[in-house]
Amino acid sequence: MTWLLPLPHLMITLMSMMNFVRKLGETSLKSVHKLGHMGIFMGKSLCCALTPPLKIALLIKQIQFIGFQSISVIFLTGAFTGMVLGYQGYNTLSRFGSDAFLGPMVALSLIKEMGPVISALMVTGRAGSSVTAQIGIMRISEQIDALRLMGLDPYRYLIVPNILACIICVPLLTAIFDVVGIFGGYLVGVKLLGMVSGTYFGEMMDYVDMKDITEGLWKSLNFGVIISWVCCFKGFYTGVYTGFGAEGVSKATTEAVVLSSVLILVWDYFLTSTMF
Amino acid sequence: MIHVQEIHKSFGNAQVLKGVSFDVPQGKILALVGRSGCGKSVILKHIAGLLKPDNGHVFINGNDLCNLSGRKLLRLIERFGFLFQNGALFDSMTIFDNVAFPLREKTRLNEREIREKVLSDLDQVGLIGSEEKFPSQVSGGMIKRASLARALIEEPDIMLFDEPTTGLDPITGQSILALIDSCHKRFGFTGIIVTHEIPRVFSIVDKVALLHEGVVLFYGSPSEIMESNDPIIRPFIHAATNGQIKECTEPG
Repeated sequence: MTWLLPLPHLMITLMSMMNFVRKLGETSLKSVHKLGHMGIFMGKSLCCALTPPLKIALLIKQIQFIGFQSISVIFLTGAFTGMVLGYQGYNTLSRFGSDAFLGPMVALSLIKEMGPVISALMVTGRAGSSVTAQIGIMRISEQIDALRLMGLDPYRYLIVPNILACIICVPLLTAIFDVVGIFGGYLVGVKLLGMVSGTYFGEMMDYVDMKDITEGLWKSLNFGVIISWVCCFKGFYTGVYTGFGAEGVSKATTEAVVLSSVLILVWDYFLTSTMF
Repeated sequence: MIHVQEIHKSFGNAQVLKGVSFDVPQGKILALVGRSGCGKSVILKHIAGLLKPDNGHVFINGNDLCNLSGRKLLRLIERFGFLFQNGALFDSMTIFDNVAFPLREKTRLNEREIREKVLSDLDQVGLIGSEEKFPSQVSGGMIKRASLARALIEEPDIMLFDEPTTGLDPITGQSILALIDSCHKRFGFTGIIVTHEIPRVFSIVDKVALLHEGVVLFYGSPSEIMESNDPIIRPFIHAATNGQIKECTEPG
């Protein structure tokens, strides 16, 4: 009969395992449900974006907020990124006697990779968080319900202008970032480290193709969709996934910024691997 | 006409509504009363199409609201007016812009006509002089009145009021009820008022439904509920009227 003694321990172990499997299943189902919800949200938003009427005034307002008001931060980050690239690139390339290629190195790094990614991260931090907080507050203070009870579609008024504004603005901001960054690299390479100006731009023109520029802009377009999609979704469903009140809005905003940033980096890898 | 049929609703493990049914005849006002947290606002949100029931139906003039979605639902509920408990004014707009918003978005009136209509409605609710203020710059009573003006600007067929007097002093509360009454006489809407304002609200409503533990315990006229000897209804009405429970829980 001694073999019966460990039976309670066995039962406890089995129950813990079952609980673990149950929790794992529950979490997986919730994640799949949320993912489906995000898909439906994007589908509805696209349907509204592609069917009239488009709220032009709201779109212009959001372009002003997401695009125009981000120019200064993009300008600053672009300039310093380019300047750092200038120093680091010159330092590395001069070890191999290839410092003449500083121009193409700075330009290609910015256009293909750093421009789209850093611009998108900056827009997420500056505008994406604000969009989530704004929509989230409208949700918890029943302003979205009020809009709906007027017979007006909240997607058309709150979501579509943000998505379109991001799609328009993020590539343009990326272009500004690239140009400012290239001049930042020029400042360091030519004005501070003594490279010849003609070499910096001349080599750049030889090595940078139109394809590189379109790749970068295509990436930034993708990132624009990701930022607006995640940030609008998190704001719109504040209370459903994050709890109500100020804490709910704060959690939604944090989640929006973290998820957008992670998705930008992950999607960047996939895009780069397919374009390589 | 509003017909609520056997609505069941649960949130997680909590079953809030356990088969709620009642009617609101065309052009009449019903007061929905009951203890805090018993699900009155949940019913109102079902009628407004903001929540879907687990079971049951809401019929608005014969159309089952629960079977509609998308544009069909929007088309039906655009004839609704809803006075939210906290007003739900757009906080980035002035009082004037809030009230003008439905007209700007849904009608072809020019700006001069909109201005005339909005100022006339703001005059009705006593908000002339405050039209350029933002919701954060005015009092709770003014927010409720502005919200009422916004809800009524399109002359809705159905008005839903979610605790219109909660958080207001007795005089402002009375003025809001008087305003609802005068608007009802002017527009003839069918209405539901969720309220704790007993017995004051009884002077402006035609029917009363008392919600208790997820079902409608009483449905009838205000005079009938005041005369009721039901062991649950009587203490509730007397406590609400006199502000105490002890004396009315005693038999007789």
